[in-house]
Amino acid sequence: MDPLLSLLRNNARTPLEDLAKELNSSVEAVRTRIAELEANGLILGYQAVLDPQQGGSRAVTACIEVKITPERGGGFDRLATRIAKFDEVQSCYLMSGGYDLLVVVEGDTLQQVASFISEKLSTIKGVISTATRFRLKAYKENGVALIREERPNRLAVTP
Amino acid sequence: MNFQKHIANHVRDLPRSGIRDFFEIVQSMKEVISLGIGEPDFNTPWHIREAAIYGLERGHTGYTSNLGLPVLRERISTYVARHFGVAYDPKSEIIVTVGVSEAIDLALRALLNPGDEVLYHEPCYVSYSPSIVLAHGIPVAVPTRSEENFTLTAEALARKITPASRVLMLNFPCNPTGATQNKAELEKIAQLCIAHDLIVLTDEIYSELTYDSATHTSIASIPGMRERTIFLHGFSKAFAMTGFRVGYACAPAPLTEAMMKIHQYAILCANTMAQDAAIEALEHGERDVDLMRKEYEMRRNFIVRSLNDLGLECFKPMGAFYVFPNISSTGLSSREFSLGLLEKKQVACVPGTAFGPSGEGFIRCSYATGLEQIKIAMERMAEFVAESSRKH
Repeated sequence: MDPLLSLLRNNARTPLEDLAKELNSSVEAVRTRIAELEANGLILGYQAVLDPQQGGSRAVTACIEVKITPERGGGFDRLATRIAKFDEVQSCYLMSGGYDLLVVVEGDTLQQVASFISEKLSTIKGVISTATRFRLKAYKENGVALIREERPNRLAVTP
Repeated sequence: MNFQKHIANHVRDLPRSGIRDFFEIVQSMKEVISLGIGEPDFNTPWHIREAAIYGLERGHTGYTSNLGLPVLRERISTYVARHFGVAYDPKSEIIVTVGVSEAIDLALRALLNPGDEVLYHEPCYVSYSPSIVLAHGIPVAVPTRSEENFTLTAEALARKITPASRVLMLNFPCNPTGATQNKAELEKIAQLCIAHDLIVLTDEIYSELTYDSATHTSIASIPGMRERTIFLHGFSKAFAMTGFRVGYACAPAPLTEAMMKIHQYAILCANTMAQDAAIEALEHGERDVDLMRKEYEMRRNFIVRSLNDLGLECFKPMGAFYVFPNISSTGLSSREFSLGLLEKKQVACVPGTAFGPSGEGFIRCSYATGLEQIKIAMERMAEFVAESSRKH
């Protein structure tokens, strides 16, 4: 991966001056490159990574396995795009294996998520079935471990 | 009781390590950011730790062969052939040791008669000169210069060769300077070694950590050198395994046999679980090395630029995880600078003089510390330099 991208993925708030130093480049060059990446859509956005247990996400998160009927000409794309448009949907992926779409949905109450599934998602023509799994606890969020491994103390000065 | 009378003269007269001195001062202080650490800040990759645990589970807790586990020696043989282009027979030309430190001691004790001279480039790792003295040899330092990016030139080496010269010690990439050695100069040095019948002890513990376009060449791979080289390597730096204490020496069978004699009586064998972990490192660890190297490289870029920006001239080292900036523009000695920085700004660096007198005017900063810490350290160092230069 482009070293700039891996630095930004790790911490999108790294100051331009620091990025330039780490990449052995200039502030101006880094600024231009980031602007390009934003313009061409490789960088989609910047978000804070929050701890779901401390109110960092809405109360209920569900992963829904959805089977759909592929269509002539477009495969799964039209239906998947349509499902992804709902605000409740955080992520939507086409999967290999026993079902077609993995849809991650957030809501404030169990009721809210349930009614999204039964009234909106399941009623879309082409959706064959859904299987819903609710999240119980988070251990790692976007690459950040929520249970920190204690760092062993190193000696302060060694040869 | 006069204890000094009972301590061997050459041990009594051995100076304490300058690093140890400094370590005790740092230990007494709180909230110190340390750039003084000569070991990776990464934890040993989990699959390697797990291999040691699995070894314990299976009851791998007995002695191994004096030379080390046969499987480990085979993996080492393959690894050294692939990365350094030199073939060693796992049955007779490889010995697994307790870190490279033990291997250095074994090699020197195996090679030296009292009064033999050992050449080494300086600034250098703290143990070289004392190890030579403990083996009853005479240390002969060849100073390297910042103007030449701390490489060893054949010319400087030639000036120090005498009829008593027996061994040349090399350490590239170098602790503490981060210097690397290019192939052309290495070839000239090889010519000198052949002409003067020197044995070369090459400590290549940092060889996986080279950056930019630098490619590492082992002197053992230069024609005519394999037979007169003891190649030393280990797992501490590349695989972040310092506490496992596993290193190895590769050398022609008669030299390996000589080292093995000392090893078998002094140590018997390297730690068995650690050898299990080392096998795992060689079989599946190269991806980890790559990831760590990329991280080190970015930190190096950051720290070199920061030091130069704040007025401490510093060449961009191509290897290891150290930078060795020149601090003489502040008017302070290495020790004054390091102590002042520690007391006023709680940042620990090691004075260059800990690595030999030719380190005066320099400090060693390790970037084997997280970037966040390095960033704070650089800010504090900038304040310190600004405050010191106002006074002069």
